[in-house]
Amino acid sequence: MSKYLITIGLETHVQLKTNTKMFCGCGIAVLDREPNTNVCPVCLGYPGALPVMNREAVKLTVMSGLMLGCEINHVSTFDRKNYFYPDMSKDYQITQQAKPLCQGGGVTIQTPAGPKRVRINHIHLEEDAAKINHYARFSGVDFNRCGTPLMEIVSEPDLSSPDEAMAYLLALKQILVYAGVSDCNLEEGNLRCDVNISVRPEGQAQLGTRAEIKNMNTFKGIYAALEYEIARQLATVARGGVIVQETRRWEPDLGETQSMRSKENAHDYRYLPEPDLVPVALAPEQVAAWRAALPEMPAARRERMMAEYGIPEYDAGVLADARENADFFEAAARLCGQGKTVSNWFMTEIMRLLSETGKTITECPLTPAALAELVVLVDTRVINGPTAKELLPELFREGGMPDALVRARGLGQVSDTSALEGFVEQALAANAKSVEDFRAGKKAAAGFLVGQVMKLSKGKADPQLVGKLVAEKLAGLA
Amino acid sequence: MDVSTLTICEAASGLRAKAFSSVELTGAVLDAIEKRDAELNAYLSVDAEGALRQAAGADAARAAGADGDLLGVPVAIKDLINVEGQPCTCASKQLLGYVSPYDATVSAKLRRAGAIFAGRTNMDEFAMGSSTEASAFKVTRNPHDLSRVPGGSSGGSAAAVAGGEAIAALGTDTGGSIRQPASFCGCVGLKPSYGRVSRYGVTAYASSLDQVGPMTRTVEDAAVLLQQLAGCDARDGTTLDLPVPDYRAALRGGLKGLKIGLPKEYYIDGADREVMACVRRAVDACAAAGAEIVEVSLPHTEYAIAVYYIVATAEASANLARFDGVRYGHRAANPRSVFELYAKSRAEGLGTEVKRRIILGTYVLSSGYYEAYYGRAQKVRTLVRKDYAEAFKTCDVLMTPVAPTAAYRIGEACDDPLKMYLGDIFTVPANLAGICGISVPCGATAAGLPVGLQLLGPAFGEGTILRAAYAYEQEVRA
Amino acid sequence: MSHTIDVAYVAELARLELSPDEKRTFQQQLETIVRYVEKIGELDLTGIEPTLHGQSLVNVFREDVVVPSLDRERFLANAPERNGSEFKLPKIVEDA
Repeated sequence: MSKYLITIGLETHVQLKTNTKMFCGCGIAVLDREPNTNVCPVCLGYPGALPVMNREAVKLTVMSGLMLGCEINHVSTFDRKNYFYPDMSKDYQITQQAKPLCQGGGVTIQTPAGPKRVRINHIHLEEDAAKINHYARFSGVDFNRCGTPLMEIVSEPDLSSPDEAMAYLLALKQILVYAGVSDCNLEEGNLRCDVNISVRPEGQAQLGTRAEIKNMNTFKGIYAALEYEIARQLATVARGGVIVQETRRWEPDLGETQSMRSKENAHDYRYLPEPDLVPVALAPEQVAAWRAALPEMPAARRERMMAEYGIPEYDAGVLADARENADFFEAAARLCGQGKTVSNWFMTEIMRLLSETGKTITECPLTPAALAELVVLVDTRVINGPTAKELLPELFREGGMPDALVRARGLGQVSDTSALEGFVEQALAANAKSVEDFRAGKKAAAGFLVGQVMKLSKGKADPQLVGKLVAEKLAGLA
Repeated sequence: MDVSTLTICEAASGLRAKAFSSVELTGAVLDAIEKRDAELNAYLSVDAEGALRQAAGADAARAAGADGDLLGVPVAIKDLINVEGQPCTCASKQLLGYVSPYDATVSAKLRRAGAIFAGRTNMDEFAMGSSTEASAFKVTRNPHDLSRVPGGSSGGSAAAVAGGEAIAALGTDTGGSIRQPASFCGCVGLKPSYGRVSRYGVTAYASSLDQVGPMTRTVEDAAVLLQQLAGCDARDGTTLDLPVPDYRAALRGGLKGLKIGLPKEYYIDGADREVMACVRRAVDACAAAGAEIVEVSLPHTEYAIAVYYIVATAEASANLARFDGVRYGHRAANPRSVFELYAKSRAEGLGTEVKRRIILGTYVLSSGYYEAYYGRAQKVRTLVRKDYAEAFKTCDVLMTPVAPTAAYRIGEACDDPLKMYLGDIFTVPANLAGICGISVPCGATAAGLPVGLQLLGPAFGEGTILRAAYAYEQEVRA
Repeated sequence: MSHTIDVAYVAELARLELSPDEKRTFQQQLETIVRYVEKIGELDLTGIEPTLHGQSLVNVFREDVVVPSLDRERFLANAPERNGSEFKLPKIVEDA
């Protein structure tokens, strides 16, 4: 059997982070909102209602395009895509067919064979559909979601495995979250995918007939659907069958894709330039201003953080991966001027707490200022390391500032020589054996004695000072 | 004195002078409707109670010191403009029982100006027609000859104004639907430039052509009513943010020094001889009154009807998709599927002319035909626009007939849609070009049927056509 | 250009159930109209830009500020059938 090549292209629908819908002032509904509460004549397709374009949605789409290296079209237009379905209140969807906002661009992903460029065909702006709820004997429509701004990123068919598709989606998600254009929250349906898949024998230039799987909203589902669909197409071809161009649906419970048996003329969309929306003509200065306001991309940020804070490449990479972590780190590092120490805290203690609680750094009460203060308190020897380590989980869960806690609880370390000398006397007297051992040349015995002093001070002694005092005392005895 | 036959300006003076109250004026109009409308069928619904309540409010406001040209003046509204709490059937069975949840922008403006919403006027269903015979509910009669049509689609508004059943009315004009019924009924009808008046809340027929305008007894009234309607609207992104001139002040310029263009393509054989004679007499009289007459050419006039019936029906096919029986309007009983719900509800709810235009519009947009029909039509539209731009380089206004005939007999043109479409030849080009036009009575045929004179002006040249029409009405015709 | 309109296909696209009579009448009338509108085919339109809007205008935006939604009862009152606060439909078994 000859070898087959797999070709995958993705259409990714991303819900933009706007306050209002695409063409009306209705707020964006959260998932559990009562049905039909975020509606008005415009998003309900009432007679006479007219769409007016949300400026922010255009801006966020252009920013995404700039982040993804797209060309921004100077003139961009909107079209009506005509199809009758109860989830589209006007029975046409306003979208961009002829002149989308962004064209070209791409995303680089890492593959076992090295970096790979996945090209983007275009990015356009459109409106989301309503939600249809299905019951035993009827269905019901809720238009809360209808008209929510959606940005559709259409890739070229450059992907050749489910792993690559995942890498592409994760890269896309990272960039979009970084740019603040979308939360890309999959549970909320912020990111949904249509995938196109085809197989062809190696050596054949022309792509095979493709099947499209519609509307998937979990990465796991997309991966499983791709795996299933590839296997299905390969098996079909292997037994001499023919792949039909069709739309299929992923059935997660069954773990398979199913044909949607769509009507033959379902794709005669009769596109019509939208007469109610005038073109968007972006001045080069406007685009330049948005470009200047773009956030730094993860790779660039990693390099800069290495140079600026002297942290290791690995740490910088991990921190840069999620914008909120990098933002937190940098804020704390700038406050205390000790990037390396902040990074150490973040990479060990904070990461552990984050994974234990399943939260993101922005969701917990710990502030960059609190972490910076903690670092300063250790550095200026107000508290010692172990105390700081004890305080951090509390700051992480409850918030507050460490200095106040230290004062309130008297946790400041004891750096008073006369106070510590008493503990040293006490420790040496109680551990004559260790003193003997030291004299006999067992230098490690000194460490044990320091530990005893720390214990007597209830952990509050300045360990460095204790070490010095113990060493002096032992030297004096010798 | 029967105050129901007053003009807006006369009514306003009477109200200011306390000669009568708004309740009395409104009552007189309601009485006139009561008395005559069984014969004329101009109204689809009358809200006597609501109107009298509004009138009492207007009287109270006036007593409290408020004033305005429309304060307390009843205005009839074409039944495709949303007025909160009122029906808006569009003369279609599809919208029987529908209650507007919102005000169109023009309704809100009239409400703020203190106008009284006395009733809703008949029309061709969804404004598709030129005789008001395509109303699903009743055939409106021409007040000058009850066996004849009032024209259309704003036939109810024209008949109400001309027949003494309304002080003034709102109509809409997509291809002549204000000007032609004004001509047939012998009143004044003004189609504003595209983008001068908001379309928000006005049920769309063809979005790139529709405009709302005044239908009145005098040119001055048209200026007064337009003053209230005109202006940029944040809810209609196709309105232009241009200052609204003082239209009443613009009336007083006279004909002297005005260049009137006669497009030779409008003065050809084929139009009714009596109609042409009235128009020519008007032109000659204007020349005698000091206007300069120049001949101009609009070479693409012969293509205008073809372009119009492609563009308008294409847009309509999308605009009317929403009448699907899901969110409002007629729903067929016991549909077995969503497809059947649509196809049967629309089949039962929509009338023949509407279906004919939806099918034509769907056809010209369908796969494989777009470029040949819609694409080409929109290019020819550019040529039509350029014709007018050229013409207005050599003249201030164009003077033409409104329609090739006076009002025809009810039932006479019904069987041949193309023949009826061709009757729009003198009005349609202005909509394609986005310019403004006014129809003003210029005499009658031997049988006593009114004939209208059309004055066309450049986009946002309402002041100029009002000036010319006013001078003609006041100085020349009198 | 073809003068035969597949009225049945177009009516299905437009979701209009036509009677056999309507189909026949429309077939004949539409072919007459289409033959008439095809006169635009005579013109040389090379280099002519289409007019897609009523007036040339660009960049009309709305600021991203929430406007309170209307009371849903006003809309639901117009619904031909409702299921609580949803618009009710016959059961959807497949995607059209």
